Amino acid sequence: MENRLFGSSSPHIRSDETTSTIMRDVLIALLPATLASIYFFRLSALILITVSILGAVVAEFVSQKIMKRKTTIGDLSAIVTGLLVAMNIPAAAPWWIALIGSAFAIIICKQMFGGIGNNFINPALAARAFLLASWPVIMTTWTSPGPDAVTTATPLAILKPGGEAASQALPSLFNAFVGNIGGSLGETSALLLIIGAIYLFARGIINWRTPFTYIATVAIITGIYAATGLDANAPAVGLEFVMYQMVSGGLMIGAFFMATDYSSSPITPKGQIIFGIGCGLITSIIRLYGGYPEGVSYSILLMNVATPLIDKYTSPKVFGEVK
Amino acid sequence: MGLKSFKGGIHPPYSKDLTEKKALERANEPAIVVIPLQQHIGAPCEPTVNVGDLVKLGQKIGEASGFVSAPVHSSVSGVVKKIEAVDTPSGKTLSIRIESDGKNELHESVVSKGTLDSLTAQEIVSIVKEAGITGLGGASFPTHVKLAPPAEKKVDTIILNGAECEPYLTADHRLMLEEPEKVIFGLKAIMKAVGVEKGYIGVEDNKKDAIETLKKASENESNIEIVETETKYPQGDEKRLIDAATGRKVPVGGLPMDAQVVVSNVGTAAAIATAIQTGMPLVERIVTITGDAINTPKNLIVKVGTSFKDVIDQCGGYKTAPGKIIMGGPMMGAAQFTDEIPVVKGTSGILVLSEEKSRTPEPSQCIRCSKCVEVCPVYLEPIKIRNLSINGRHEETESLNVISCIECGSCSFICPAKIPLLQSIKISKQDVLAKRRNK
Repeated sequence: MENRLFGSSSPHIRSDETTSTIMRDVLIALLPATLASIYFFRLSALILITVSILGAVVAEFVSQKIMKRKTTIGDLSAIVTGLLVAMNIPAAAPWWIALIGSAFAIIICKQMFGGIGNNFINPALAARAFLLASWPVIMTTWTSPGPDAVTTATPLAILKPGGEAASQALPSLFNAFVGNIGGSLGETSALLLIIGAIYLFARGIINWRTPFTYIATVAIITGIYAATGLDANAPAVGLEFVMYQMVSGGLMIGAFFMATDYSSSPITPKGQIIFGIGCGLITSIIRLYGGYPEGVSYSILLMNVATPLIDKYTSPKVFGEVK
Repeated sequence: MGLKSFKGGIHPPYSKDLTEKKALERANEPAIVVIPLQQHIGAPCEPTVNVGDLVKLGQKIGEASGFVSAPVHSSVSGVVKKIEAVDTPSGKTLSIRIESDGKNELHESVVSKGTLDSLTAQEIVSIVKEAGITGLGGASFPTHVKLAPPAEKKVDTIILNGAECEPYLTADHRLMLEEPEKVIFGLKAIMKAVGVEKGYIGVEDNKKDAIETLKKASENESNIEIVETETKYPQGDEKRLIDAATGRKVPVGGLPMDAQVVVSNVGTAAAIATAIQTGMPLVERIVTITGDAINTPKNLIVKVGTSFKDVIDQCGGYKTAPGKIIMGGPMMGAAQFTDEIPVVKGTSGILVLSEEKSRTPEPSQCIRCSKCVEVCPVYLEPIKIRNLSINGRHEETESLNVISCIECGSCSFICPAKIPLLQSIKISKQDVLAKRRNK
């Protein structure tokens, strides 16, 4: 019998969850919004999504080969990153934008910093920022959903206090909620993103702390703004203004799928709350007072950078510890 | 009222259905017993018999050599064959090998010690001490030490631990179900020994039948309360249980008595009842023999010193080639390297897993999912400690409270990257404790 038994330290049982099952769940959660983007934006969405995912997987495989690392495309994380990059691109963008974006996300943001778990910023959002800085016109040309796509402004641009698009017609709140509006592929349908998020909560992939504090902070600040600073002739006023702020732009995908990115957000419970509030503050300030109509991606990127600091100062108090 | 619980913790697959409906059975009489002289935390015993001596059932064969120590007794009548260091569940230990004559002749010391009313607190403590009773939950701390807390601690509550939160194990469940009056008697004995008025028995709500049975058995005891807790691992950790039953939090680095509580296992209470009622010292215990590599999983009453192999044979032997033999449960139990070791006082279970279930998964890179932080019942940050530990920076883990770790294994269980977090934490904890001792 000797030497035939396994000896190892406890525990002797492990959960069934692995990195790849988590990534699989994220893909499942993104599926409704992905299908909706293909429904709304037709072939152009399909091409962008396909190119972006393939680009991410190939970039991961090749860069890991060059860096002589173990190939980890099997953990599905590159597919998630590729899909999220596509979600951040306007439907009218050419295919090579998706390719450059996903390659940048994987090679520069992920593999250069040590691969999965080591990227200090959200790769998909960093790619969006990179693309926006390099091809600002392509990255801000929004088209309306449907077969005969025409150039349109996003609801947030129309809502932007003092913005250039303020004279355009605002889509109905219902259309904004279901996603029948202009925007990046994944930014449009708040409804389907929420359905995906419910799945992630149910599976224990994400917790409430960051997304809820994020959304609540935006709601409170835009609510205060609507009550005090908003022009009475604005396209939407009062509670309606707040509702539009909730369902338009990248808030839902940002709060549920981007700010909750494991690698680039805090691991402590208190840290996750601070992170959410910080994202909400910066998003609101950019949307209401900044130069851009949308602030979700920059707010998350800025908070990503603050994550190590937040983690350092928010260690939980140990059970039974007295102040 | 909602279920009592705690923050953090995990829901592992419990696998208790293998044995929870199996009534207690007495194991076959062992032909040979090997009784280690150290089966407890503390100083080892000195043998009080020599090779060739005739011993009787219940006779003391090893004397405690310090205050934190517990004597050992013969679980059979027969002849002492050898006194030598042999493999035991806790390594090589000096042990007494006795060949049974099959008669189980009682030693003259084994007589009833009277009723609870006739005994003083002092007498109960010394009965417990002489009976060699140690914590039967697994840690095997000498019970009499717990029953004599320093006067300044003002203990006012006793909690019996019937949570049995370890997957697979059902020994305590069957005991509570089949011998509730012993558990209650033992609790009353402990309450009298420590001089307290309030007693609780904490049981997880996956053992409804045991909860009902205990409630019935204690319906005339106004100061004993059965606390139903959520089924969540590690509910049976004493600090979690104290929190659930009384709402008190044991301070960092403190003992239950710092929250004015003494916690004891239900099996320990039953052993105390036996020692008082019949005078029989701790020479046998309930063991759950289970796992997917056991043919017929059972709950057996096994004599201390019986070999694992004998006990496993009585459960139909191995179904498939065993991959791991674990003493205790799958979360905190220790993997053994052979089945030729004796059952000791702390053997709550013998868990045999197939080779397939025994393989350690290949760890991958941490994805910072924070689940280890989320589940830690002590609110540590396992991954931070691990990152320091693998780089040998053990002294830096002290400020992350590494020594508060209760080694429950929830972090390693939950980790999607399959990183052996607890293993790293244990190494740092040992290092920090060793440095403290050397100061």
